[in-house]
Amino acid sequence: MHSVFGRGNAMAAYTLSVLAGLTFCCFLSTVFLDYRTPATINTRQVVVKSIPDYSASREKNDLGYQSVLLLFSLIFVAILNCCTHLTHLFNWNVKQLFLYVTAEYQTPSNEFNQVVLWDKIILRGENAVIDLKNIHAKYYFWDDGNGLKGHKNVTLTLSWNIIPNAGLLPNVGAIGSHSFSFPPEYTTSRV
Amino acid sequence: MDAWDDFKRMNKRQMLYQALSFGMIVSSALMIWKGLMVVTGSESPIVVVLSGSMEPAFQRGDLLFLTNNQEDPIRAGDIVVFKVEGREIPIVHRVLKLHEKSNGTVKFLTKGDNNNVDDRGLYAPGQLWLQKNHVVGRARGFLPYVGLVTIYMNDYPHFKYAVLVALALYVLIHRE
Repeated sequence: MHSVFGRGNAMAAYTLSVLAGLTFCCFLSTVFLDYRTPATINTRQVVVKSIPDYSASREKNDLGYQSVLLLFSLIFVAILNCCTHLTHLFNWNVKQLFLYVTAEYQTPSNEFNQVVLWDKIILRGENAVIDLKNIHAKYYFWDDGNGLKGHKNVTLTLSWNIIPNAGLLPNVGAIGSHSFSFPPEYTTSRV
Repeated sequence: MDAWDDFKRMNKRQMLYQALSFGMIVSSALMIWKGLMVVTGSESPIVVVLSGSMEPAFQRGDLLFLTNNQEDPIRAGDIVVFKVEGREIPIVHRVLKLHEKSNGTVKFLTKGDNNNVDDRGLYAPGQLWLQKNHVVGRARGFLPYVGLVTIYMNDYPHFKYAVLVALALYVLIHRE
């Protein structure tokens, strides 16, 4: 009964169950917290242009879908301002915040569109006060088709995905969003 | 060894009992797994992260709990686990853009947090978008490190067989 194996087994089982219990308490202590917080976003310069999306058609070339391939999309380059204070979101069960700015809009061809324009990873201990002026969109805003020219109502929202040490992975939208419209003509300048 | 002596002293009835309890353990594990599949709607409710493409959020060996409710729509920023034709191992990445038609068909593009480019290079040749049928589930819960055991088992198959045989022997021989 009191062999080395038996004692080792008991020790390992006890350590594991204590660790599991502590992890569960850590999860329970933060599961009901409200992680919403206000943020302000606005756009300074909105430009729309019609160019082919080569990244979306390169693969198709080889396979001979030439007619489908000629997909001219619209891209948009915006200059954003983004301001929020997220320091208070960090607690002992938040390892990382993944911030992202989503553009949401409706077109005749698609009822619901979401495009992420910008994202940022904030680890615990890093500066979580976001006050960005005149940042460019990190990803191109391609529409699936030609729905952006003259579009009246595109909504930008800031959201964050909370990565815990152990627990749920909620996506939380900031309180406050920004709507803007696109110019009715394509730009001829370089973007 | 004591255990082996125990085993030799067993009669037929006791051996049968041991075999039965071994079968109980295997079948209850299977029941829990299948039950989770029903509750979460995902064909694989728990996955182990196998690559570093979502670092620093997920490291190799972290465990993710998935759900795949059809009523619950996929949205940008969600972490989806998807399968691509020609690749056996599912990929865990984040939805970057998404277009949904009024009849409910949805197409979306993903990107790993730690990758510089989106996933079109990872998809099957000619594939530009993912659709609902590629999705295994969406990550809802996170538990670090626990999956390291399965990673070791996959990297060292001998270790896997040794562990399995040892466990089976322990259950079969050990006297209650």
